[in-house]
Amino acid sequence: MSATLPAQSYEPKDAAAESLPGGIPPTHTQRSPWADKAFAAAAQSAAWITLALLAGIIGSLVYGAWPAIREFGIGFLFSTDWDPVEDKYGGLVMIYGTLMTAAIALIIAVPVSFGIALFLTELAPNWLRRPLGVAVELLAAVPSIVYGMWGLLVFGPILATYVQIPLQNAFSDVPLLGTLFSGPPVGIGLLSAGIILAIMVIPFIASVMRDVFETTPALLKESAYGLGSTTWEVVWKVVLPYTRSGVIGAIMLGLGRALGETMAVTFVIGNFSQVDSLSLFQAANSITAAIANEFAEADTKLHQPALMYLGLVLFFITFCVLALSKLLLQRMKRNEGSRT
Amino acid sequence: MDTKVDTAAGEKIKIKVSDLNFYYGKFHALKHINLEIPERKVTAFIGPSGCGKSTLLRVFNRMFELYPEQRAEGSVLLDGQDIIKTKVDVSLIRAKIGMVFQKPTPFPMSIYDNIAFGVRLFETLPRVEMDERVEWALKKAALWNEVKDKLQQNGASLSGGQQQRLCIARGIAIKPEVLLLDEPCSALDPISTGKIEELIHELKADYTVMIVTHNMQQAARCSDYTAYMYLGDLVEFGPTSELFMKPKKKDTEDYITGRFG
Amino acid sequence: MSLFTLSPAGMRLHKRRKGLNALALTLSLLAMAFGLFWLAWILFETIRLGIGGLALTVFTEMTPPPQAESGGLANAILGSVMMVSLATALGTPIGILCGIYLAEYGKQNWLGHVTGFINDILLSAPSIVIGLFIYAVVVAQVRTFSGYAGILALTLIVIPVVVRTTENMLSLIPNALREAAYALGAPKWKVISSVTLKAARAGVITGVLLALARIAGETAPLLFTALNNQFFTSNLGEPMASLPVTIFKYAMSPYENWRELAWVGVFLITLGVLALNILARVLFRKKI
Repeated sequence: MSATLPAQSYEPKDAAAESLPGGIPPTHTQRSPWADKAFAAAAQSAAWITLALLAGIIGSLVYGAWPAIREFGIGFLFSTDWDPVEDKYGGLVMIYGTLMTAAIALIIAVPVSFGIALFLTELAPNWLRRPLGVAVELLAAVPSIVYGMWGLLVFGPILATYVQIPLQNAFSDVPLLGTLFSGPPVGIGLLSAGIILAIMVIPFIASVMRDVFETTPALLKESAYGLGSTTWEVVWKVVLPYTRSGVIGAIMLGLGRALGETMAVTFVIGNFSQVDSLSLFQAANSITAAIANEFAEADTKLHQPALMYLGLVLFFITFCVLALSKLLLQRMKRNEGSRT
Repeated sequence: MDTKVDTAAGEKIKIKVSDLNFYYGKFHALKHINLEIPERKVTAFIGPSGCGKSTLLRVFNRMFELYPEQRAEGSVLLDGQDIIKTKVDVSLIRAKIGMVFQKPTPFPMSIYDNIAFGVRLFETLPRVEMDERVEWALKKAALWNEVKDKLQQNGASLSGGQQQRLCIARGIAIKPEVLLLDEPCSALDPISTGKIEELIHELKADYTVMIVTHNMQQAARCSDYTAYMYLGDLVEFGPTSELFMKPKKKDTEDYITGRFG
Repeated sequence: MSLFTLSPAGMRLHKRRKGLNALALTLSLLAMAFGLFWLAWILFETIRLGIGGLALTVFTEMTPPPQAESGGLANAILGSVMMVSLATALGTPIGILCGIYLAEYGKQNWLGHVTGFINDILLSAPSIVIGLFIYAVVVAQVRTFSGYAGILALTLIVIPVVVRTTENMLSLIPNALREAAYALGAPKWKVISSVTLKAARAGVITGVLLALARIAGETAPLLFTALNNQFFTSNLGEPMASLPVTIFKYAMSPYENWRELAWVGVFLITLGVLALNILARVLFRKKI
């Protein structure tokens, strides 16, 4: 038997192990391999909740409104009957009120917001820009109930004395305008609601418009200045066309808000469910005001479903307006990359 | 830094800069610039980043006035008339001094309206004359043949090089006397760059051209005179061939031979 | 000056342009003043009419019957505080998770796009419709108005706000930061929770504060979910008083004492909402 050396265990010579002070570093095992999956699942289900919410809202509104839909059909949208005693309902008065107040609000708010956005982006000296911008955003944060109450108790009487009565006197004989300004000038009605809505919506549209204007590349504006344009010409002929989609998107966003607003309108609209004249001073009603005032106490068979029907109509209108606004704003963001 | 301005004998001076100082807030960006720009020649400005060449260019058309923290002191004379401190409205000054920027900036309107934009600011031309002016400007910018059938299309539908020529045409349409080109080819591919350099050669017959460029070879190719700037100082100015072959200052030579920057 | 003048027709055009410019800029200044005027007037009146009725009793006594001598808003304030804080506590985690999904998982797939789209619509949707929804699925089922229903309605308003701000803030974090964490071998969930979310922390908290400020002033969703309660209760299973709904009821009434209390309520809400907004801004700016 030849002499043999004791068996040696052959361990792989690990250069790392030999060079490191403490030896081979511990291998990392994933301590919780399921954590990644669980986290992703949780995040994804949160997304599904949002979709479920939308489906739920539409579903519950349709379900709740069904008795009224079945009873009145599409004619509901064109009828002005609103009779809880007879249990006969038609939503035209409210729909008209909602659309009119929103229209009045936008007619006032859009030019003013444009002016404010123009001021904030082009005119204001640098040190003033941020405080003013903050002031505008704070105005947007004031709850609508404040606007409503202030509108009823402070603004309404002043509107009556200084605006409505003079308007009524001035136009009493003029054919169309006379009718518009007829009716009791006591500070409630479509005009008051529209003005208060305008004041509420202005800061909102103005800040979105300002953000939109600020996406214009400085080089583009400098090109226009370089040719000898005035500030107004740069804004009107270059900035506005460049941000066109975004500006329209901002306006539609404001429209969506105005249509769905409850408290600012309910206080001053008058809650009167008849329309017998085109007067802007007459008490009227809007969808949100009607629901806010009548829903909790509605106990006849079709009263609540009729109100739900109105809610469904409102949701449908605002959904379309807001969807359109979002598409326009997205389109502006996409074009931003491909242009200058 | 005083520089002996070395224009060739007989050159008519278009712009005379005397002791120009420029400030971004407290930062002294241009220091005591003295310069004479010859008429109907191409003058190039070269130098490392931050030397102030674009700043200097933007003094000539008072673009710095858009930004309140920027100010210029000193004298800049165009054909003997002051353009910095003058009471004349700045848009009339900009009618005489056009600018093209680093990136093409077509306005969001048709090609025709892009060109007509500047003209409409200063002249009310009947349709026929406006058409002629647009055609003239596009021909001068060597773009007419490529766009003559699509004048109503949006300016942004053109390629990058075409857009930049559109901007040049737009600047020319108002018949300025001076053209400022701020790195006009920096966003373009080599072929478009070549086309624009050819264009610059033709333009100098009618306009005094000043071009800022990062590309020394471009300056050597395109310009008649070159100014070398460094950290806000005008280091050397002279005929291009002389500056590149036999620079007078060592700093210039260091930059040109690539020892820094 | 001869170099810089135009023909007579040109000078006329030039004058007209300058005039138009001056007019436009003046109008824009007026528009700004117009906007500020309303803010100032509304705030002024709110403070003037509200601060007069401010007294300790407002916080200690219950909402009174009409034409009573004394009375306060204690139950309304308590109800608001309870419902608003619980709604925020409930809605914030869901909102943050959904925002994380949109920013970190959903940028390329249809679920992300659709959810983001729908979320922004819900953000601006009429809040009274949310109230109708909760009424239909909660109140009508258990046949009673309750604080819980009110909380659920407010939660549904919190969620879209938090989703939007969370997604915006996370999207602002540069990819380089995420890549650095991945390069160290961190799993995705850890990158998000320990790195990205932490980096966006200030913005996300701001979003939560803004959501809180928003629901603090919301009336419509509470009208037929929590309804109102004249008496003191801290039982969420019962109808619950809240500041906005109480103000609504009192302001439209003909009773003097009710109207005074309504102004105090409006003052308190405005103060709270503005304070929260300012706090959110200060916080955001400090951390950035």
